[in-house]
Amino acid sequence: KTLETSRLASPPPGAEAMVAELRRDDMAEEAGTIRDSVAFRLVERVLQSVRMEPFLIAPYDLEQYRMMVGTLDTSRTKNRDDEALYVTYLKALSEAVSKIDITYHHSLLNNIFAVRIWYLQRDTMVALLDLITRLAAVADQYLRECLQMLVNNFTPPIVERNEVPTWAVSRKKDIFSHLCGSLKTISDTVPLAPRMLRDIIDRSMPKLFDNKAKMISFVECMLGLDTDRMGDLIGAILLAKVVDLLTELDVNITWEDILQEEHDKGIFEMELEDLDADDDGDGFGQAGTKVCLGGNACAEKLDGLMVVVCEHLKSLDRQRLYKEFVILKTIFRASLLRVHRSKFAQFIMFYTCSLDPKTLGEGFAVFLTDIVTEKKEDPISRMSAVSYVGSYLSRARFISADTVVTILKKLVDWCVDYCDHQSKREATPIPNHQLFYATCQAVMYVLCFRLRSIMDYPNLKSDLFHMPFGFLFRHRLEPLKVCLPSIVNEFLRQAKDAGLVAAFVDPAAEDAIESDLSRTFGGINRLDMFFPFDPYLLKESDRYIRPNFEFWSMVKTTYSDDTDDDDDELEDLDAPEMNVGSLDDHVEIDINSDDDDLEYSMNKMSITPHHSFLHQMAMDSDGGLSMPARIRPSTSPPSRWAMSGESP
Amino acid sequence: TPEITDAQALLGHRRPEPKLRPPPPLAMEALREATAELTVYVHPSNAADVRLAVSRQLSTLLFSYEDRFDGVLLSHEVEFEGDNEDGQDRKVDGDGKRVIKAKILDGLVPYFGVPVTANMLLFSPQPEMILEGKVEMLGKESIHAIVLGVFSAAIMADDIPEMFKFKRRGHGGKFISQSDKRHVIKKGSMIRFSVKRVDTEMNCHITGSLMPPHTGCMRWLSVHDAEYASEISRVVKGNQGIILRASRRYKVAQLRTAKIAW
Repeated sequence: KTLETSRLASPPPGAEAMVAELRRDDMAEEAGTIRDSVAFRLVERVLQSVRMEPFLIAPYDLEQYRMMVGTLDTSRTKNRDDEALYVTYLKALSEAVSKIDITYHHSLLNNIFAVRIWYLQRDTMVALLDLITRLAAVADQYLRECLQMLVNNFTPPIVERNEVPTWAVSRKKDIFSHLCGSLKTISDTVPLAPRMLRDIIDRSMPKLFDNKAKMISFVECMLGLDTDRMGDLIGAILLAKVVDLLTELDVNITWEDILQEEHDKGIFEMELEDLDADDDGDGFGQAGTKVCLGGNACAEKLDGLMVVVCEHLKSLDRQRLYKEFVILKTIFRASLLRVHRSKFAQFIMFYTCSLDPKTLGEGFAVFLTDIVTEKKEDPISRMSAVSYVGSYLSRARFISADTVVTILKKLVDWCVDYCDHQSKREATPIPNHQLFYATCQAVMYVLCFRLRSIMDYPNLKSDLFHMPFGFLFRHRLEPLKVCLPSIVNEFLRQAKDAGLVAAFVDPAAEDAIESDLSRTFGGINRLDMFFPFDPYLLKESDRYIRPNFEFWSMVKTTYSDDTDDDDDELEDLDAPEMNVGSLDDHVEIDINSDDDDLEYSMNKMSITPHHSFLHQMAMDSDGGLSMPARIRPSTSPPSRWAMSGESP
Repeated sequence: TPEITDAQALLGHRRPEPKLRPPPPLAMEALREATAELTVYVHPSNAADVRLAVSRQLSTLLFSYEDRFDGVLLSHEVEFEGDNEDGQDRKVDGDGKRVIKAKILDGLVPYFGVPVTANMLLFSPQPEMILEGKVEMLGKESIHAIVLGVFSAAIMADDIPEMFKFKRRGHGGKFISQSDKRHVIKKGSMIRFSVKRVDTEMNCHITGSLMPPHTGCMRWLSVHDAEYASEISRVVKGNQGIILRASRRYKVAQLRTAKIAW
């Protein structure tokens, strides 16, 4: 030991001497051990020597300490020698953690906790993470800082133009797995750590207006924690936070943004720099929709996050997926269900169910139906749930006809009970029968999509025919007059063709555009016009939804055998180039068609609100119309199907 | 839920100290049962199911060190006033359940206080106590173990006897005693150690020591340490009828590893 001290005491400064010594023996494994133990003893000695009041420390010791701290400072670039020394120091510190004191070695700890892992080489990163793990395990006082440091590294460094450098992108997976691995080791060694971690993640969670790359990176890493024990402990909270973020982004995308003509929208100007300035008149379909989803930062962020969440759900094994489903249902019921007109966030439920149609798909439908029929639930949830059920059963391709009929039966039974109940209590009429009408409408909506396929199964067909539709539609509450005319007419047309409803239906009702009764329901924002699973508009995450999604144009109706030319027209609508991604088509509306017809066509199924708004724009502009690209009307004589299906 | 989350405001003692039953003879000295008379404040929205609300409120204290209990709450069981009584003068509602009414003092405290008697299982490690834990991580300079599956304990190099040498080979490394090569401490071993220091501020982190006698790997001790072996058998006889589920499960686990037949 004296020899060592004397060697170190003489100039040149200790660091260089150590480096020289280290490089001399870098061959044998034994030499490696010697090197480690030399480093360890040095570090131990230095730490010990400054473990007192500052004015008591010998100047030489202070110098040594400062040099060590300087080596650990990652803000300066390092050459190879420095890097090797850095790694050695880290390893030595890992073993000397018990000698580190929170007060006396403050600057040392600062340098350790300020490290940005993304800039480190792989070996250095491993050594550093090992040190962090041991620090966390040795005493409670470092635990919070260690966890905070790891969470801070969930997001990569951002350089100019708010981009993530390419080298960071390629290392992302590796870094995330190491970070998650460290967090898991810490949670294994300190079982109560996840509680603290949960709070730290809560505080560090990206906010609405944060940079997109950071947001996506953080959520991706966060979801990587949702496995095994850590997932059991805090998985539910993490998912809840992610869904909260999705919802917040969702509600900040307004329909006006999507249909907006102008490009300068204030705070979103920055994002618009990427757009080319080819916004000439007829290219509206192209640039217009680009603005709608390219210019809207929230939509982009939501898009990216949906990709991350779907990838995470896809990666889960069966058992884990079932657990997540239960958690998601709870979260859905508590938050998403009650959000007024959420646009895309609810598709995570859609995607989860599509991963296991038999169990999860049916489970979700039953879950929704139970909310509708449960008296104790509050009215908003019930109304929302019935909209969800209608839209879900229609649009989810993976749901079997079997399930559809079962659910329909429950809904119809509920409606019939409601009617009976109404007949009994004549004294005090309920001001409105919103839920009843919404349920009837949902049933009709589902049948518009599904009737034909149900007819193919004789047992289901007979079940369906036994349902008391006649009673329902002849009841004094008159659901046919109140529900959306487009749905009612489509339903009646199909049902008549199938023989489901007799000719009791008043022929005059067929052509009614909008009756007074339905108008009184509250105008443009009324709840029964909410179809949650209308076609999905976010570009990148669309690929998860599309394979399982039923477009109106794909639906075989009961009367479609009669009119072959209708089918041909409809075939165009789902051609591959109808993706939102390729917006080269002109979007023209044949506005020379009948006013009535146009308005009627605009009122088609699966259209969520702002019909009058759309109509207005159609009337005002000449030839270009800012409608998202899924609509491609035919130029043949105006037929009812010209505008069917896919408008938002 | 609208219940008060700040435990300080929530629990009030009717008496200055919790009543203690005499601690039963246990190898795990730090565990003890205590009974406390508390007042739990419940929000009126939970009036329909007060028992659940009280239970939930007490559960927010789980695994935190409480000064007033002088330990970490591990589990609790509540009894309400008059649960076991058979008074005829109590009002009974339609279901035959006994109804007690409470007044809510508007403007003062919007919650109503429920007097409960709580049986609690507490963990209060003190210096010099002997604890048992399962080794989770090893290093040349430290051993990290977990006590009762919840608390982290660390034993530093200075507190590990010289005779233990660290071998890096093998999964995670191990400590082997020079005096008896069969005395091995590795990941997953159950060890007995004495408490040096307890950090009660956050997660009740324990700093331990393997220096005192009768400490080390339990499997080895049960075979080679006569005093420890006799203590176990004495404790077995004394423990019949003690209903501490946590400690019993724990003991069964450690006995399995020590291969002792009951």
